[in-house]
Amino acid sequence: MRFQLLRSPSPSSSCCGYQIPFQPSNGVLLLRSSPMKIPKSHTKKKLSQSRRASEVLAYYGLTTPPYKLDALEPYMSKRTLELHWGEHHRHYVDSLNKQLTNSPLYGYTMEELIKVTYNNGNPIPEFNNAAQVWNHDFFWESMQPDGGNLPCGGLLQQIEKDFGSFSNFRDEFVHSAMTLFGSGWVWLILKTNERRLSVVRTSNAICPLVWGDIPIICLDMWEHAYYLDYKDDKRTYAINFIDHLVSWHAVTSRMMRAEAFVNLGEPKIPVA
Amino acid sequence: MELEDMVVAAYNKGDPHPPFVHAAQIWNHDFFWQSMKPGGGGEPSGRLMELIERDFGSYERMIKELKHAALTQFGSGWAWLAYKANRLEVGNAVNPCPSEKDNKLVVAKTPNAVNPLLWDYSPLLAIDVWEHAYYLDYENRRADYVSTFLDKLVSWEVVSSRLENAINRATERAKVDEKRRQDDDVEATSRKPVEMYLDSDNDDSETE
Repeated sequence: MRFQLLRSPSPSSSCCGYQIPFQPSNGVLLLRSSPMKIPKSHTKKKLSQSRRASEVLAYYGLTTPPYKLDALEPYMSKRTLELHWGEHHRHYVDSLNKQLTNSPLYGYTMEELIKVTYNNGNPIPEFNNAAQVWNHDFFWESMQPDGGNLPCGGLLQQIEKDFGSFSNFRDEFVHSAMTLFGSGWVWLILKTNERRLSVVRTSNAICPLVWGDIPIICLDMWEHAYYLDYKDDKRTYAINFIDHLVSWHAVTSRMMRAEAFVNLGEPKIPVA
Repeated sequence: MELEDMVVAAYNKGDPHPPFVHAAQIWNHDFFWQSMKPGGGGEPSGRLMELIERDFGSYERMIKELKHAALTQFGSGWAWLAYKANRLEVGNAVNPCPSEKDNKLVVAKTPNAVNPLLWDYSPLLAIDVWEHAYYLDYENRRADYVSTFLDKLVSWEVVSSRLENAINRATERAKVDEKRRQDDDVEATSRKPVEMYLDSDNDDSETE
């Protein structure tokens, strides 16, 4: 997740305003300070003046993929990326920002927002947009030009431990992608309670964060992700993703971060 | 078994068996192809138009609702115009004053493979809003696809004929319900009085 450098917040000029503690979220530009407790002596006019002086609003922004839009050719065409990122992903971000104006949900990090709006299985309307924004960010960062091939060192050992062999994992991943009905995502996750890697599918916008698991790779199986390039050939799309697009560097760094939360046993020091 | 019955049976009231998605999607797509024709579009007429104006206020409002349903279906799914007969599938629930006005046209949207047959509605028109239906021709512009469908492709004649079938089906079922209610009444009134053996010195049983 990329964090953008932030301006430090200006102190609130109303005498009893205090700031919502700042948490980084993707593309946050400015910090909002909002007065929460208003003494009765403040007239409405004074209040609105002081608010105007200090209130700045933050919005979720559209982060760009860490590569040019034509960098994933021929496995994912430039046109697909232009539409997928420029239209679909952007639409989710804009809709989310629109839904969050004047909403009590304002101010969360993206991951917290997803868990809160999931509402334990009864998602509120903001969930779809929030989760899709996060899922797509995760997806762009799961890929790289000249990706694929094999993971190295400790990561490969972990996959072999949990799936038997790398090709088992690959087969399971592709099989999940092909058997998903409707729109959804295929994930490689680290299950926090079972402490192992696993392949799961989710529908529509659901993301394994809501179950407390740690996502490691994701593949967008919504038709808009592959229809222009592969039409209905989901198998080739998934195979090309695993063989040529997935960024094992990103995966390794995510695994390292995940091991801060989940104890996977002795660290696997890669042998040179 | 008819495909429609298979769809409803496989749905298993919300806990679908594996054949459900395939059966339902076959039915949905057949329905979708038949809803279109070259040189389609225009406006409906006759009974269909009357009912649209009665239940939605105006044709434009119905179109607006249908487009809204198609555009707000999140993920894959379908948008429908259906005829709702307002019956309960419970044996003894009968409408005491049945009238044609209880049956309405409704707009609905369903996810993935679900269709209004499962709610005991009679579908009249389907719009496929799975992305595969429009992505090659319209890319992400679902609104353009739906507008073009309604302006240039939809076959209102087919929809009208489906409506006639739906109305006939509803009247038939209403008649069956009515007959069942009358039979129940007849049975209740003609039931023979139960023989009662009273605990008394007199051993004779009371009969009429």
